[in-house]
Parts: sequence; C-alpha cells; structure tokens
Amino acid sequence: MTDLIARTSEGGQELKARSEVTAAELMREVGAVLRLSETEAAKLGASTVADVDDEALDADQTMIINMGPQHPSTHGVLRLMLELQGETVLRCKPIIGYLHTGMEKTGEQLTYLQGATNVTRMDYASPLTNELVFSMAVERLLGIDGDIPERAVWARMLLVELNRMASHLLFMATNGLDLGAVSMMIYGWREREEVLRFFQKVTGLRMNHNFIRPGGIAADLPAGWRDDVLRLLDLIPPRLDEYDVLMTGQPIWRERLQGVGVITPTEAVALGATGPILRSTGVAWDLRRDQPYLHYDDVEFDVVVGSYGDSFDRYAIRLAEIRESIRIVRQVLDRVPAGDYRIQDKKVTPPPRGRIDESMEALIHHFKLFTEGFKVPEGEVYVAVESPRGEIGCYIVSDGSSTPYRMHIRGPSFVNIQTLPHMMRGSLVADAVAVISSVDPILGEVDR
Amino acid sequence: MSDEERYGCALTNRLGQDVLHPTRERYLDVAKALTDDGYAMCVDVTAVDYLTHPGRALPDGIAPERFEVVAGFLDLKGRRRVRLRVQVPESDPTLPSLFDLHPGTEAMEREVFDMFGVEFTDHPDLTRILMPEDWDGHPLRKDYAVGEIPVQFKAANS
Repeated sequence: MTDLIARTSEGGQELKARSEVTAAELMREVGAVLRLSETEAAKLGASTVADVDDEALDADQTMIINMGPQHPSTHGVLRLMLELQGETVLRCKPIIGYLHTGMEKTGEQLTYLQGATNVTRMDYASPLTNELVFSMAVERLLGIDGDIPERAVWARMLLVELNRMASHLLFMATNGLDLGAVSMMIYGWREREEVLRFFQKVTGLRMNHNFIRPGGIAADLPAGWRDDVLRLLDLIPPRLDEYDVLMTGQPIWRERLQGVGVITPTEAVALGATGPILRSTGVAWDLRRDQPYLHYDDVEFDVVVGSYGDSFDRYAIRLAEIRESIRIVRQVLDRVPAGDYRIQDKKVTPPPRGRIDESMEALIHHFKLFTEGFKVPEGEVYVAVESPRGEIGCYIVSDGSSTPYRMHIRGPSFVNIQTLPHMMRGSLVADAVAVISSVDPILGEVDR
Repeated sequence: MSDEERYGCALTNRLGQDVLHPTRERYLDVAKALTDDGYAMCVDVTAVDYLTHPGRALPDGIAPERFEVVAGFLDLKGRRRVRLRVQVPESDPTLPSLFDLHPGTEAMEREVFDMFGVEFTDHPDLTRILMPEDWDGHPLRKDYAVGEIPVQFKAANS
C-alpha cells in the first residue's frame, strides 16, 4: 500500500495536511487574492468557513481527499485535492499535468504549415480557435496579416463563431450532466453534433480540423454551405428555448447554481481569469469587442455580462453567448464575398492540385512547401483572440527558419482553473462539482 | 514624459506591439509601475531558451542571456497590451516572482520553472506543475532532446 502511494504520489505538488501548512502557503491559496497580510491569512486558514468554530477545528476533524483524476465530473483528468470538514470544502488544490504531452516542445519540431495540426489538439472543444490564433501569429510575423483575402477572413469568423456555439453547447451538456440533469447531456450533445456535422462537411473532420492555416483556409467552403448554416440557425434557437424551460427557469436548477462559486471582479482580474468567468463578475471584457480582430468590428453583437459572479451567471452567459454567436453568424452569412480563400502569395500557399499534374515546377514547389516549409522572418509576436473559454494567446519566436524557435500557447483553461480554490472555499462537495463544471476547463489545453 | 523614461527601461515597438526590456533588478519595479498605470491583469508568463539562437535583436544596452522570461500585461480599461522581456543568465537562473502583484501568475511561473528551470524567488509554491515531481531536467530547454522516454514494450518483436 505504501509502495503504491509512493509510486503514484506527486510529492510536493500535493495539498499538504493542515498541520504542515504555513501561513505563506495559505496566502497562496486565498490570502494573496484577497490582499490579506500574512497574519490575517493564518487566521483565515484556521477557519476558512465563517460558521466553523475555530477552536473545534483541528487536524482530526478534517480530511484530505482526492477528487479525480478519473472522476467523471472533472472533465478529463483534473485532479483536485480537497480538504473537507464533513461536507464542507475548506481548501482545494488543483493538480494538473496528467495529460501533458509536451505539445509546445512538439511545436518546435513542426514547420509552420504543420503547426496547426498540433495546436488544434490543445483545446479540443474549440479547435478552430486554436488554429486561428496560431495562424494569425504566423501571419503577423510574415507581415501578411493585412493581405488575407476577404473570403478567408469572413469564413474564419463563420467557423470560429460556429465553434463557439459547439463549445458552449458541449458546456450545456456537461453542466447539465454534472448537476444531475442527465437528459440535458443528450440534448446538448445532439445540438453540438449538428454543428460538428457542418464542420465535417466543410473541413472533412468533426474535430481537430487543421482547416484554418497560415495564409487563409485550407479549402473553399463547399457548395451549399449557406443552406446548411441556415438550417443550423433555424434548428438551434428553438432548442435553446427548450433549455430555458428545462433549466434556466427551474427552481432546482437555480438552487444548485445561484450563489455557488462566487468570485468578485477584483479576484477574477488578480487571478488572470478571462472569458465567461471574468464577464460573470460584471467586467465587460471581450477581445472581440475590445481588441477586435478579423471583422468583429463590422458586426453587431452584445458582450453579455453577469452581476453576481456565481455559477448561474456563468451558465446564463454561455447560453446567451450561443444566441449572440447565432446573431454574428447571420450577419456573416450575407457578407462572405466571392474570391480567393487563400492568400495568393506563392511563398505561403502551395499551387492548386490541378497545376501539379501539368507543371514540374509546381510539383517541386508543392513538395518543397510541404517538406521544408516556408521561412518566417526573425522576430517574436503575441497574438490573442477570444476563445469560448477566454483569452487564448499564441507567442511565437522565430529564428528565421521554417520551424518556430518557440511556440507557446496561453491557454485560458490553464489560468482559469486557478480560480477553483477561491470559488470552492466554504462550499459543499456537491457544489464543488457545480463549480468545476461552471469553469468549463478543457484539460487538453490545461496540460498541453 | 515618454514611456521609456517613465518605466526606466528600453521600449521597442515591433509588429505593432509594445515591448519593455527591463533589467532583472528593475523587473519588479517596472511590473509595479505598469500595475499602477492601469495594467491590472498579468495575462501570461512564459520563457524562451535562446541557447541556439543567441543573435536576436535587442535594444542597445541589453546584453543577451540564455533565458528570457516574457510577461504579458493587459490594461482592461485602456484596452492596451504591453510585454516585458527580461534577460535571465544561465549561471544564475532566478527572477523575482510577480505573485505578490498578480496572484494569477502562480501557475504560469510554476510552468516556467518546470519547463525551463528558472527559479522565481518568493514564489509560495515553486514545484513542478506539468511534469512529475521526480522528473529530471527541464523539457523546453534547447539542450533537452525530444523523445527520450524508454519504450515499455521491450519484449515485443519490432
């Protein structure tokens, strides 16, 4: 038994027993965000819940349990160590890394053309957003970010917004499942599948598309894409209204979410939380509006904010964001112009398939692009876009060769799970499940 | 007063992005000045190992070192972004932690420590975050080779 513990233990990464915790470590967990002094933090550590009697609380009455990494409500392989007193969570520490596959290291080995296949697997619930941010960073380094054909830019917006819908629909499904609304899981998955079916038609794959590439998109939108999108836009809004009936207005649903996992604007900003978590606190920050990219400044949409910073706000924001995305998609539909879908820069774009059969030079060119790749001028750049989960950023350093010298993805989930200990402090174990669910972490992106 | 004077370090703008180049000693002061200036959120902390690419462009007076820690700041009200690039020498890879200013850097600095071996002083919990606790080496360093994990299925015919 002890051997097993030793072999599976993560040592210093784990949550320490109360008797071994110093005030400085408690600061890490709660004090630093609440801007407490060390003595105040120590006091807080003695009673992290207001109604717990300080004197009664000693090591015998609390226990540390593991939740995950194989717990179904942890959305993959998130492991939480919870210190409990009875049903109440006193402290919590997320332990991550179980899905770490060294994708940033891999990214240094792949050419810029291959890079999108790598990053698309990070946040697997919104793969197109990952491809977009990577492609935009590469284009900025190449100096072609202003020359991307209009059709490609609008198509990117279309795909990314549909992806936001798919991702939030997945959240609806898992959030319902986590809170015991099991039929909701089927409904959310059903609607998401409709969106993925469209992706399959456009990109050939349901997920991990590698469709948005440096220079544009991989292929033109297929014939009849407009009708398919219109069918989606007719199909989904009534289903969202059903969700309202099934969940939003239900007393049980509200009881489970309202006032659970509250976070203040100050805490959210201090912890670097972005996306629906930040917006649930009332901070209206959305990169699509505040630092527009693509053509987001040409379309109308609302940035939805909450007021209480609780799990219900985060649920409601995501539901409303699906509707906003539908609004954006409707506007995009009429504005996708005809024309090229890739930049006609021979350095970046391979010759069309038809030319390869006719021209030896085209064949060589094609071969060179896909084996050696194209060279990117020296420099470093950080580009950020709004993913369904928050700010996803891509930092690329180029040394002038055809592979990135360093490729770093700032994953919103990685930063957002730091809010878990704050949201969970003093809540019940059952609420802990609701809180994890409302943060909506994608572990592929957390661990990369 | 120009930004360069206000923060007391070189400021460059390439590809439309502002980058400050503080020295290691001035790093915390500059981060503090940025926070007071409205850059309320530290969005990203990462690092680069310039072992095999030493000749990168840096402003005058900044000597290139092996490691470079890159921290991104965001001003939510002014809708501005700025990036800090700090040189960290190989012989003494330490840097003060931003934790007291921005608690959200806790996980990011742990990741930099895990992947590059840069130590952040005054970080409350500097342990590995992605790799197992007993792992040797720091994977994103350039002298750390790709794919050297022994294969488990030794007995299988290959």
